[in-house]
Amino acid sequence: MMTGLRESCCVTGVGETEYTRGSGRSVAALQMEAALRAIADAGLQPGDIDGVIPYGNMEMVAEEFITNLGIEDLRFSAVTPLGGASAVAAIQAATSAIVAGAANHVLIPIGRNGYSGPRIGGRAQAIPQFRVFGEYEMPSGNIAPAQLYAPMARRHMELYGTTSRQFAEIAVTMRNHAMLNDNAVMKKPLTVEDHQNSRMISDPLRLFDCCLESDGAAAVIISGAERAKDLARRPIYIMGVAEGHPDSPSAISQRPDLTKIGLAKAAPRAFAMAGIGHEAIDVAEVYDCFTYTVLCQLEDLGFCQKGEGGDFVSGGRIALGGELPINTHGGLLSQSHIIGMNHVCELVKQLRGDGGKAQVADAEIGLVTGYGDLGDGSIAIMRN
Amino acid sequence: MTAATYDKPLPPPNEESRPFWEAMKEHRLVLQKCGACGKVRHYPRPVCDACFSMDTEWMEASGKGQVHSWTISHHAFHPGFKGDLPLVLVIVDLDEGVRMCAQARDLDPEGLRIGLPVRVDFEDATDDLTLPVIRPA
Repeated sequence: MMTGLRESCCVTGVGETEYTRGSGRSVAALQMEAALRAIADAGLQPGDIDGVIPYGNMEMVAEEFITNLGIEDLRFSAVTPLGGASAVAAIQAATSAIVAGAANHVLIPIGRNGYSGPRIGGRAQAIPQFRVFGEYEMPSGNIAPAQLYAPMARRHMELYGTTSRQFAEIAVTMRNHAMLNDNAVMKKPLTVEDHQNSRMISDPLRLFDCCLESDGAAAVIISGAERAKDLARRPIYIMGVAEGHPDSPSAISQRPDLTKIGLAKAAPRAFAMAGIGHEAIDVAEVYDCFTYTVLCQLEDLGFCQKGEGGDFVSGGRIALGGELPINTHGGLLSQSHIIGMNHVCELVKQLRGDGGKAQVADAEIGLVTGYGDLGDGSIAIMRN
Repeated sequence: MTAATYDKPLPPPNEESRPFWEAMKEHRLVLQKCGACGKVRHYPRPVCDACFSMDTEWMEASGKGQVHSWTISHHAFHPGFKGDLPLVLVIVDLDEGVRMCAQARDLDPEGLRIGLPVRVDFEDATDDLTLPVIRPA
């Protein structure tokens, strides 16, 4: 069995800003606050950071972190431009660099003014990962993720009988979890009927199938396992980590199986590296840009067969107290859209026992996924 | 309509895709075909992923196909499409073995189903741009 990076590194610090709609602050200020909080959480000094993986949209670059944090000798930098899969993919890059001796403590910051800042909109054509659908599909009006992902959900519904009410179960569960979280944007109760009555955005995806747009930042510190033992907090060990890219990664329309994404390739690698089975997972933070995306990932993670996701998410299984609690912080759907770094922070908090009112009792092992750029996937399995 | 008053996103053609858009203007659907092994590919790109040949030919497509999946958009996401809502966007399996995505015309949204026979048609958007649309077979 390929153990690879198993337990070679730990998450040693997490930091989050307040999550809002309208920060009134620069993206740089948000990311630096999250970074400083993560560094302090780890018991490190800013100058201890010798690696950084800025978010792949290049809004913030390594130079900004050197300048603001007074890093004298940054030895490692990289970007993992996988959209919403970037945060967790960066954990694989950081871990690889640390094991290879290229860095000791790698900072992974993500943040933006997703609510108050400019939308991507028509500029998507200029983003290399979006160039192909930008040329052939955007001129026909296929512009936004809700439109691009809706045919994936529609095909799943047609092939497997998946229903909008099953999507609603996911939305309601995320909202119930957010209502336990002091740093969540959406605190108003949501029912299945509210979901069913919400306006259609791009059929079959309704308003409450879609994630929030948020302002804020989150950051983590990855350190080698030996060094982690001497730091301020209980180390959270990275048992398995992987990224995966779907077939036809640049054009969903050309993908052989519309219902299968990159995570289907990454998940078996991560579970093999971790050396555990699915039954060992106590809590899962699953990238939830749309309700359907959660359902699809649960299948591609291997918790159920393809086509069984609708049944899997029903009956309270994914709620706190259920068999597999998902997105205990409320996720992108109801906590905040911090491009999945809020999911990474939440998993670490759960495994530290810092989950507050949403703490999963005796959580020892959990996983976090990323999903982005039309179907790229990433996964990290961690233990305390 | 001229490009100056057209308010929707325009395709930025490149060396690989220009023949596709030029044929569109003549209301012809053409697809890349590998000059070595004959595999048809879409969207246009420089290398055949079956045999890695860069020898590329263009073939006339039948324009016939079947619905693979779809969405009906009630939100425009771009100001240029606000007057066109709802948009019925259909992914089509072409008989040649590749897919395309375009707006539907005269297709009843309620009657959409996987495998529904359709055909590709053409609409002139500007003097320099023709877009594919999907009609009932």
